[in-house]
Amino acid sequence: MASGLFQHALIYLGTAIVFVPISKKLGIGSVLGYLIGGILVGPFALGLIGTEGHDVMHTAEFGVVMMLFIIGLELNPAQFWKMRAKIVGLGGLQMLLTAVLLFMFLYLALSFSFKASLALALSFAMSSTAIVLQTLKEKLLDKTPAGQHAFSVLLFQDIAVIPILAVLPLLALQSAGGDTPAHRLPPFLSFLDQYPSLLLLAAVGFVFILSRYLLPLVLRVIAKVQMRELFTAAALFFVIGIAWLMESVGISAALGAFMAGVLLANSEFRHELEADINPFKGLLLGVFFTAVGSTINFAVIAADPARVFSIVLILMTVKWIVLYFLGRRFRLVADQQLLFAFLLCQVGEFAFVLLASIAQLGIVPKQELDLFMAVVTISMMVSPLLLFVYERFVAPRFTNDKKTPVAYDAMEAAHHVILVGFGHFGSTIGRFLRANNTHATIIDSDSERVNLLRKMGFKVFYGDGTRLDLLESAGASDAQILISAIDDPHTNMELSELLPKHFPNLKLFVRAKNRYDAYELMDKGITHVHRESLIDSVYMGVDILSELGHRKYTLHRKAQDFIKYDNEALEKLYRHRKSDGYISRLRAETELQERLLQEDKQFLAKAEDSAWDSSHRN
Amino acid sequence: MEKITRVLLLAFHPRLEASHVNRFLLNTLREHPHIEVKDMYELYPDFNIDVNKEQQDLLQADLVIVQHPFFWYAAPPLIKQWIDLVLEHGWAYGTNGDKLKGKQIMHLVSSGGGFEDYCQQGKNLYTYTELLRPFELTYKFCQMQQLPTYVVPLANKIAQIDLEQHAQQVKRILEQWIAGEVDAKLPAGVTYLNELN
Repeated sequence: MASGLFQHALIYLGTAIVFVPISKKLGIGSVLGYLIGGILVGPFALGLIGTEGHDVMHTAEFGVVMMLFIIGLELNPAQFWKMRAKIVGLGGLQMLLTAVLLFMFLYLALSFSFKASLALALSFAMSSTAIVLQTLKEKLLDKTPAGQHAFSVLLFQDIAVIPILAVLPLLALQSAGGDTPAHRLPPFLSFLDQYPSLLLLAAVGFVFILSRYLLPLVLRVIAKVQMRELFTAAALFFVIGIAWLMESVGISAALGAFMAGVLLANSEFRHELEADINPFKGLLLGVFFTAVGSTINFAVIAADPARVFSIVLILMTVKWIVLYFLGRRFRLVADQQLLFAFLLCQVGEFAFVLLASIAQLGIVPKQELDLFMAVVTISMMVSPLLLFVYERFVAPRFTNDKKTPVAYDAMEAAHHVILVGFGHFGSTIGRFLRANNTHATIIDSDSERVNLLRKMGFKVFYGDGTRLDLLESAGASDAQILISAIDDPHTNMELSELLPKHFPNLKLFVRAKNRYDAYELMDKGITHVHRESLIDSVYMGVDILSELGHRKYTLHRKAQDFIKYDNEALEKLYRHRKSDGYISRLRAETELQERLLQEDKQFLAKAEDSAWDSSHRN
Repeated sequence: MEKITRVLLLAFHPRLEASHVNRFLLNTLREHPHIEVKDMYELYPDFNIDVNKEQQDLLQADLVIVQHPFFWYAAPPLIKQWIDLVLEHGWAYGTNGDKLKGKQIMHLVSSGGGFEDYCQQGKNLYTYTELLRPFELTYKFCQMQQLPTYVVPLANKIAQIDLEQHAQQVKRILEQWIAGEVDAKLPAGVTYLNELN
């Protein structure tokens, strides 16, 4: 069976590798790339994926849970609380209005039964969390007002799925005897089944305590072990655990994960967790979109294409109009209002879940359901295209307008300097910068120090500074300067190699232990190399000479000259060194020392000056 | 008569970022291809002047402009440091010290007060020219020819339009100088370059 697994993995990953870059290149976003890839490898084209697409899709839906966890991480409780009116008001109105209008369409125009129309209308009111959030992130629209509004609506829908699922059996023709066991608790907890609200409360309370107190404690211990994979394991364990718990008490897993994310948003491990979960989320969502593409039933579409496409058109138009109207009511400016409507006008993956449940309950005939499945999938496919059209042809008309203030800009204040390593060396730099109103974003791998710095109001990221994802979330692509002040020369070296490749615009300032480190850094093209052994040694010399009776101002001038000379000598000897790179390091160091002392002689010969001294004038 | 072609502008302001007047003057003048501007406090934040480099630059120049604000009836300290270190015995003066001989030099000054304060009847009793006497003697000692000072008065509350006018006037005078149109011998009775157009 392992070969089957490999084969599947190969197909899905291969599809992503081939189609996503193409769609990105075309500017239509990764989602459509996955979807098209899915169609092509699906049963109706190449047939690499059979009908198991549906199962894969349900599994990969877990990507949505992870995505909501990550979104939660980026939103702290205070910000979430501020959004409550928008979530309930905007989200609630969207569901209500869309469902009412769609109900009228289904009941009056397509003459479904009252119950069937109601069930279908509720399903179609859902938008696609996966597509919309992925697109928002990818196109950097998530901090725009439209993006924020869209997020509120999606969150409400995620919450609404649960009660709708609960109500559906009541709409069934033959009252199905409640054979959907939502609660699958371990036996020793099964007594709680009798008190569902108590169970709910207990679960939410448990998530709260877990996220707020227990997990940070555990992570701190794990951080001390200094094994990255252990951290990843813990993060996955946590997210999957929450999802499982929430499912088993009958709350949406996505909502639970989101809640946990919000509660962890203030913890020092926030960015590390985000960086760990992100790749899994991305992969799972990719698989999910591909599976969606592969499940499109072309036989159904071919049977009556006019009907399918006109239903898609009507559904999306109705949703669009409702969203456009709500956008205006909730004070979006014109371009944001259009974006908001275009973003959410598709029918989402929750409709699959609801349709499956509807099918199970027999509310709507089977062949009609297949048609609606196809309708949902097509609307998901069209959605990225619509957004592409919006970006290309609609948005440019508004570019002359005043820039809409980005409401949540304060969420991630832009720092222009990143300081990696806040040890003895780095902390002095950081404090000096701060004393001059330059607040560097700090990356440090000591969780206790990170905790302390956070309390002191620094912006700190916990983790290993050589991780690209962490650097990315610390803002390396927008920053002007990165200071590498880690004690371990190898890490500094690694950073100097890594950063120019991935962030070519970042200016690097690197700490070097000594001149040999400096040479290696210069080999890598670093121009701002600062040797920790230079200035303090010279000024210790100043102190000594002063003790021996030299005057301080003269010493200061001489020290300045010496530092300048030594930096020049570094450059000069560096050029020499390159020619004999084959000599062993020890030998090279001795040789270098000798050359340096030779250089000193020349310097000393010139160093005598006659400033403020007329004793030797003739 | 030797034609002046190269101007070296040495700007001394310990807090240039806070001086709109001095920055504006520098920005106006630095664009000219014959004017080399050096921001001295940026070059020598530790007062550790590179004597060799400074001397080389002086040798290249035909006219040296010393631009500075008027602080406590005098110039900021780095100018004095520069004079102490760069104008060396045996180079600028003394035995064989004739490297600056015949070069022209002038001060371009921004002042919080005005001409009516800096005169015998005014509250500061002495004119700008009188207060700049130590510099006058220094340049004379190095056999340089000093031109009258240009003063941007009332610099703390100057209107932008007046500042622009001053900058343009200085620029015009320097351009004429570079083109050799202004005779080194100034019209009699000019005490400040402000009087030229």
